[in-house]
Amino acid sequence: MAATSIDTTTQGGQILAGASGGKRRLGDRVFSNVVIVSAVTILALLAGVALFLIAEAQPAVFANSVDLPEGKSLVDYIAPLAFGTVLAATIAVFLAVPLGVAVAVFISHIAPRRLAMSLAYIVDLLAAIPSIVYGLWGIFVLGPAAVPILKWLTDHLGFIPFFAGPASVTGRTMIVAGLVLAVMILPIISAVSREVFSQTPRRLQEGALALGATRWEMIRMVVFPFGRSAVVSGSMLGLGRALGETMAVTIILSGSGVISFNLVSQANPSTIASNIALNFPESSGLAVNVLIASGLVLFVITLIVNMIARLVISRRNLQ
Amino acid sequence: MSPSRLLAALALLAALVLGVTACGDSGGDTTGGGGGGASLSGDIAGAGSSAQQAAQEAFIANFENANSGVTVAYDPIGSGGGRDQFIAGGTDFAGSDAVFDEAELPKASKRCGPGDLIQIPDYISPIAVIYNLSGVDDLQLSPDTLAGIFKQDITKWNDPVIAKDNPGVDLPDTSITPVNRSDDSGTTENFTDYLHQAAPSVWTFDASETFPVKGGEAAAQTSGVVQAVTAGDGAIGYADASQAGDLGVAKVKVGNEYVGPSTEGAAKDLELSKLDPKLSQGKYVLAYAVDRTSKDPSTYPILLVSYLIGCTQYDSPNTAAIVKSYFNYIVSSDGQKAAAEAAGSAPLSAGLMKKVQPAVDAIQTG
Repeated sequence: MAATSIDTTTQGGQILAGASGGKRRLGDRVFSNVVIVSAVTILALLAGVALFLIAEAQPAVFANSVDLPEGKSLVDYIAPLAFGTVLAATIAVFLAVPLGVAVAVFISHIAPRRLAMSLAYIVDLLAAIPSIVYGLWGIFVLGPAAVPILKWLTDHLGFIPFFAGPASVTGRTMIVAGLVLAVMILPIISAVSREVFSQTPRRLQEGALALGATRWEMIRMVVFPFGRSAVVSGSMLGLGRALGETMAVTIILSGSGVISFNLVSQANPSTIASNIALNFPESSGLAVNVLIASGLVLFVITLIVNMIARLVISRRNLQ
Repeated sequence: MSPSRLLAALALLAALVLGVTACGDSGGDTTGGGGGGASLSGDIAGAGSSAQQAAQEAFIANFENANSGVTVAYDPIGSGGGRDQFIAGGTDFAGSDAVFDEAELPKASKRCGPGDLIQIPDYISPIAVIYNLSGVDDLQLSPDTLAGIFKQDITKWNDPVIAKDNPGVDLPDTSITPVNRSDDSGTTENFTDYLHQAAPSVWTFDASETFPVKGGEAAAQTSGVVQAVTAGDGAIGYADASQAGDLGVAKVKVGNEYVGPSTEGAAKDLELSKLDPKLSQGKYVLAYAVDRTSKDPSTYPILLVSYLIGCTQYDSPNTAAIVKSYFNYIVSSDGQKAAAEAAGSAPLSAGLMKKVQPAVDAIQTG
């Protein structure tokens, strides 16, 4: 045991010495080059996308609003879409985070090992379903099933602006779209949280239990604080996916360009991504530039969300 | 060992990429020479209207069967994209639900220079007003009523205005859910053009690919509209007549009668329509101003016309020969029949065939 450990350290020392001595092995050189190239490629890709968006959006920004589709100014055109994008994603995160965290805790701390393993597989499997299948599920199953519930909501909770109604007769509403998005982002949130929850130091958990904490108190006081940054970053990853989700929303949402907090009616704001998917095929000329300009807005929104997430996580880590 | 394996993997990747690009370069060209011969070989590519997709697939299948050496590709990317690609020279022909507008016409003509631009109707499809209202099997709507419904002025099915169009029908107190296309589409443009012309006092909007009234139920593509109308009691929408399925189909008022969608009615309406002189600039550029206000009850004025776009001259005589032969098949009664079977479209009437044939004959193959 001791001999081998000494052996490895001396080997490590030799490698280090070799690396610093200028005579690097081929493997090291290839490895470092590959890694550097990869990193630069990612940056270049991102910069390329940003440049493309800016260059192609520019004609729409400087165009006369009369020439733009529907004769609206660029801001009037994009504002409802940006609103719808953020609204749908917010609903999704709002619904998915509590559920995702609960599933993660159940898998990492409560369920018997065998059940936990299979449940984890199943939740991960949700991520493998193509978004168009979620869309079809939403339009054929969830939407029609939601119709009576939407009607009940407007009848009994109509005083809340979210449920003002009139209730949609097809179920293709913002709340259903948000619900489907929530299911789609559930696996990300749950997987990231689960990984970190299960790494909570055993001595802390056992310490809490030894001090007389119940299992719930132990989870609340030890596991959650330990995994908080993971929950935040998982949620932000999920939010990012919800913001950019295209096909499912395109199929489900009855989007008609209004700004409204009414989640149960047929008149909903569309989202940026689904609007691009819907209108790109029949667009030409300036209309394409307008769509790309809306894409740029989505890019910026996603960037801001990710930056906020980084900020939150780094602040947690400092504490 | 790991660096060599890595290098090997990289080399393999590079080889793969090179191989794929090499393949991409070699494909897609027509085999030059041999123009005007009896047996054609080579390939042509077109893109455009998704409304024409089913018809184009039928054209292609039959045409390739008859000419075994020929490959025709049609990419249903949408009318706007089809016109753009054609202007850019990326495709040999295009299909479009909208004609070239005044800004595009010069560019399209230039693309065909020194030859002429061809734009002829090749696909006519009646658009049905579909509805889902339990207990009502027959629904009759005048243009003003239809416009009022889609403008969301009329919100209940038992509104006196609807009752006036449907004497003796027991209309329920259900709310009306008008369903429109959420994507820009030629169907919407033709439907709104009909409302604009037939009900000008109610429908104060212009014809447009984007549905102009906000706040209705909006669904993607024809299938989405059909699905939404099927799902919602009290819903009403518009879609290709061939896609109406089991849904109720409203009759619209033409002259003094109520007329349901029919292929014959649609074809006849187009035959009686006049050309738009501003957009028909060019010997072989036919842009119809579809007659939406026809009083003849044997016509059905809510229809979509899609156009076939090409040139009279191509760089390669072989391409020209294939395009000519393909276009000839499309406008023939055989081709139109095949499209009618595959897509439920209305075959061009004999009168229309006579009008489009000179354009196809003008394609120079020698």
